[in-house]
Amino acid sequence: MAIIEVRDLDFYYGKFQALRKISLDIEKNRITALIGPSGCGKTTFLRSLNRMTDLIDDVRVTGTVLIDGEDIYRPGIDLLDLRKKVGMVFQRPNPFPLSVYDNVVYGLRVHGLRDPRALEARLTRSLEAVHLWDELKDRLDDNALRLSGEQQQRLCIARLIAVEPEILLMDEPCSALDLAATANIEDLMAELKKRYTILIVTHNMQQAARVSDVAGYFLLGELVEIGETRRIFTAPKDSRTEDYITGRFG
Amino acid sequence: MKRLGPRLEEKAARTGLWALTLITVGVLLFIIFYILRRGLPVLSLEFLTTNPMDMGKSGGIFSTVVGTVALSVLAIVIAAPFGVGTAIYLTEYTWGGPLTRIIRFGAECLAGIPSIIFGLFGFILFVTKLKFGWSILSGGLTLAFMLLPTIIRTSEEAIKSVPPAYRLVSFSLGSTKWQTVTRVVLPSALPGIVTGIVLSIGRSIGETAATIFTAGSALRMPTSLFSSTRTMSVHFYILAREGISMPKAYGTAAILIIAILGINILTYYLMNRFIKKYS
Repeated sequence: MAIIEVRDLDFYYGKFQALRKISLDIEKNRITALIGPSGCGKTTFLRSLNRMTDLIDDVRVTGTVLIDGEDIYRPGIDLLDLRKKVGMVFQRPNPFPLSVYDNVVYGLRVHGLRDPRALEARLTRSLEAVHLWDELKDRLDDNALRLSGEQQQRLCIARLIAVEPEILLMDEPCSALDLAATANIEDLMAELKKRYTILIVTHNMQQAARVSDVAGYFLLGELVEIGETRRIFTAPKDSRTEDYITGRFG
Repeated sequence: MKRLGPRLEEKAARTGLWALTLITVGVLLFIIFYILRRGLPVLSLEFLTTNPMDMGKSGGIFSTVVGTVALSVLAIVIAAPFGVGTAIYLTEYTWGGPLTRIIRFGAECLAGIPSIIFGLFGFILFVTKLKFGWSILSGGLTLAFMLLPTIIRTSEEAIKSVPPAYRLVSFSLGSTKWQTVTRVVLPSALPGIVTGIVLSIGRSIGETAATIFTAGSALRMPTSLFSSTRTMSVHFYILAREGISMPKAYGTAAILIIAILGINILTYYLMNRFIKKYS
């Protein structure tokens, strides 16, 4: 069953059209990789799915985006609920300059959870899910900025899954990490897909090939091709995809 | 002219800059020491805690200290929420459109207006039109107007220096703007905002022209918001100008300098902590 259905999505920054007639379906509990050269709309597309693009002045959207069958661009939609359901992991690890504890429970508190025991329970569960609990259970009061880059990115993922989203949007989540950390985060993604639907933007084609079930190729604001990752990488239908995959372009 | 060559040029520049710095610091220290040397002998606990007598010829400066503190506190209590609120609105709630630019430009113009004009404005509006008379209320309101631009400006800078990523993350977790402002932006910007407010306190303590027109120059101990009062800097001005007592004038000046130095040192300390936290 498709959890995200996008039909004819056009996206404009002022007069510049960043996305052209994007249509795709995204299945539940799969990892979808969005690949393509820089500036071709991958991040814009990702951010249009939880309407983080609303934070930019003068943007215009046409077409429909259904998440769980609900049109997220219909007037009167609750953006806070939408973003709770569709969460985001950013390129650089960006914990708040707060303690580990306050970072993980930030979203919960924002959504009104106060009970310390409930917070504690979710904290433990979230940190366990990203394999940070054993490392950090005695350092919950430490400032999160003192953690390593990989720990910080795991913490950001824990902070996100604490609010129990359904969809995780990951915008090049490993680009600021070294190889070993990248491998660990990729393993984590494979585990997380059992419970969440993941979209990942990546410039690293090996990474897309390794972690994703489905891959979509964006070029100049268009979705050139989308399909099973193995097929995209072995038998792309569009010659432009082939050029990019084989390194002739991009 | 023949060029000196980079090494000699470097030496000349270093010496020149060193001399400029030395002169600057020298002048500053000279002023401070000059006043302290004349003022410190007058200072005593008694000077601080007794009221002026014979127009200030004898006695201490207690009522002027009280008047100064009352005015500054009132000014800050009014200006800080307005200033910080405006700064939050300008930085977080607008897209930087024409209206924002007009407000910001207005605030900057306000910052450039000589304080005596504020004094005149406060005199016309608060003292005569609104009939508050020469009072702590009129003076405090006038000072508040005068401090607003500084507080808006410094708060805006502090808020802008909060990494945008914090806001993005906060919104992406489903926070409202206000939650983001109160939970992430303000705590990070607080040291910078406080620095601006503390600097403003320093300015309001030293302000003379704006308060002499609005708070008046009564030497009696103020008893309410509607009492006229004399600030330390006005007291100093009158003592020196009318030749009432130069020693008492220097004593007052010394207290002023010590207070403002103290405030600046505090600001410096806060600023350092702020910078350390974000580097």
